[in-house]
Amino acid sequence: MSEAYSFSPDLEKKFQWLLSRYPAKDAVLLPLLHLVQDDAGWLTPASIEYVASRLELSPARIREVASFYSLFRLNKKGQYVLQVCHNISCYLAGSDKLIEHIKNKLGISENQTTPDGKFTLERVECLASCGTAPVLQVNGWDYHEELTIEKVDQIIDSLKLDKFAYDEYEQRISEGGVA
Amino acid sequence: MSQKILPQHPLEKRVLIAGYGEDGSWTLDHYEKNYRGYEGAKKALSMTADDIIKTVKDSGLRGLGGAGFPTGMKWSFIPKNPTRPVYLVCNADEGEPGTFKDRQIMEHCPHRLIDGMIAAAVAIGAKSGYIYIRGELRLAFERLAIAIKEAYSKGYLGENIFGSGKTFHLTVHPGAGAYICGEETGLIESLEGDRGQPRLKPPFPAISGVFGGPTIVNNVATLAHVPGILLDGAEQFIKMGNGTARGAGTAVWGVSGDVQRPGFFEVPIGTNLNVMLNEICGGPKPGRKFKACYPGGSSSPLLKADEFDVPMDFDSLAAKGTMMGSCAIIVIDDSRSIPELCMRTARFYSHESCGQCVPCREGTKWTYKMLKRVVSGEGTKSDLETILSACNNMAGKTICVLSDACAMPVTSMLKKFPEEFESLLIPESEFKPELPKVSGQLGMLIDSIRERQKS
Repeated sequence: MSEAYSFSPDLEKKFQWLLSRYPAKDAVLLPLLHLVQDDAGWLTPASIEYVASRLELSPARIREVASFYSLFRLNKKGQYVLQVCHNISCYLAGSDKLIEHIKNKLGISENQTTPDGKFTLERVECLASCGTAPVLQVNGWDYHEELTIEKVDQIIDSLKLDKFAYDEYEQRISEGGVA
Repeated sequence: MSQKILPQHPLEKRVLIAGYGEDGSWTLDHYEKNYRGYEGAKKALSMTADDIIKTVKDSGLRGLGGAGFPTGMKWSFIPKNPTRPVYLVCNADEGEPGTFKDRQIMEHCPHRLIDGMIAAAVAIGAKSGYIYIRGELRLAFERLAIAIKEAYSKGYLGENIFGSGKTFHLTVHPGAGAYICGEETGLIESLEGDRGQPRLKPPFPAISGVFGGPTIVNNVATLAHVPGILLDGAEQFIKMGNGTARGAGTAVWGVSGDVQRPGFFEVPIGTNLNVMLNEICGGPKPGRKFKACYPGGSSSPLLKADEFDVPMDFDSLAAKGTMMGSCAIIVIDDSRSIPELCMRTARFYSHESCGQCVPCREGTKWTYKMLKRVVSGEGTKSDLETILSACNNMAGKTICVLSDACAMPVTSMLKKFPEEFESLLIPESEFKPELPKVSGQLGMLIDSIRERQKS
């Protein structure tokens, strides 16, 4: 059994704000699942139960929706999920070589997580970065564009030391007061 | 996180991304001081709804999200005395491979979009609006959220906007990674908190859309053009483009793939494709020649290099059997294998098929699998025929056009570059499919039948 889940006071505030923005309660589902996933790391069974109870929906309905969208994680993944685009523009810019390089460097294949639980490698479809291909996305939002093998090495090495753009990101979030 | 700043090319005419690269181009202050910020919204509030719709109709503004539907006409479909609240939705779920224009507008000029949305809301009588943005584009999401907050604090959004007594609430809504949510009814389903599976039409969204109310769904670039049209008039907008109401205004094109200078460039609609690729983007890479391009995102049929002499507008590209689509050009040079690209195109659509219509769910999947076999050097002549017939059975036979989006480029590649596919084939006689292994009693039965067939 996974641990019980409930909204933190901050998340509760955001949840109430979201409810005020839509005429129907169901509509908050996608933004809310993003917030819960950021909070819990992935959509744990407990968090899905909790969201369902708060929205007066069945957990199956939440899972039905969440499983449709590629950004929602219904299983535990690595601390850093590395997603490399393999669509046309990125392929033309050499994304296959990058994927091979990351595989060798981390010693995992696609959709696998390193034994220390730090990295998961995935291939994804177009990320709207075609002019600055190839692109790597960390944890669903941190874009690294115009990649070279050296740049990828740098990114992975700094992630290994947990040097990440989180601080800067948190600051921008607070300035922007995102939902 | 942000993209590098490209200097403006002399042939560019920046309207939608005016101010791009300037420090703080995304702030309300900057927009108001330099680019007649929110003058368009104010102008709209001084006009009647019919006048706004007429001006937009006269300007020839067409949807820049892919379909090119006349915007003013779309707005006029909203019932005159609606019984339910009207909604304005901005489609910012930019997901078509090759497309990255809306992202630039939202990251660098978010206030222009809000300005246009206020004007559009006045025209259709909407009191609430939503910007449905791809979940991946966090920087654009943040910039929009900040911009909306700024606009609320100035009294440009909310109750009594600009002291006019009118109400317009705006919320930015993140998607979660599904290409199909760029289809307007799929987007509406997703906005309501469901799986993004497109709806049957009719009823069209203008009659019954999100939350059951009449709804207008417009692309980011389309809405961002509205302030300029209202301020400078319809004629000026037509002059900016190819001079006719069928190809008015400018558009931001994203060019990627095998060119010297990939990037995004805002040019008048009707600019020649050759000019775009050779002058603005610097031509092919050293020692290479162009082979083909997707002129409007990965769902548009390919143009061969000898067909590049074409003005980039809706009608001229349609006459060439392709489309302007979402203003995304992916260029392919002579070092590339068309079957490989074809396989990747089909893989994308098979991955993104929402699964509710059988022709699309099965057709895209099997098209991809057969192309994969051809690319790996195990395909036969009959595979190519089956792919063509599968594509033929997908197009136009489903609720939305995702299956067409897969069938069109695949068919065009097979027809325009048959020799590249044929060179990968093996003769029918050498094709030895691996028989599936079945366990248990059924397996024993199958084995005995096979034995009997051999003897």
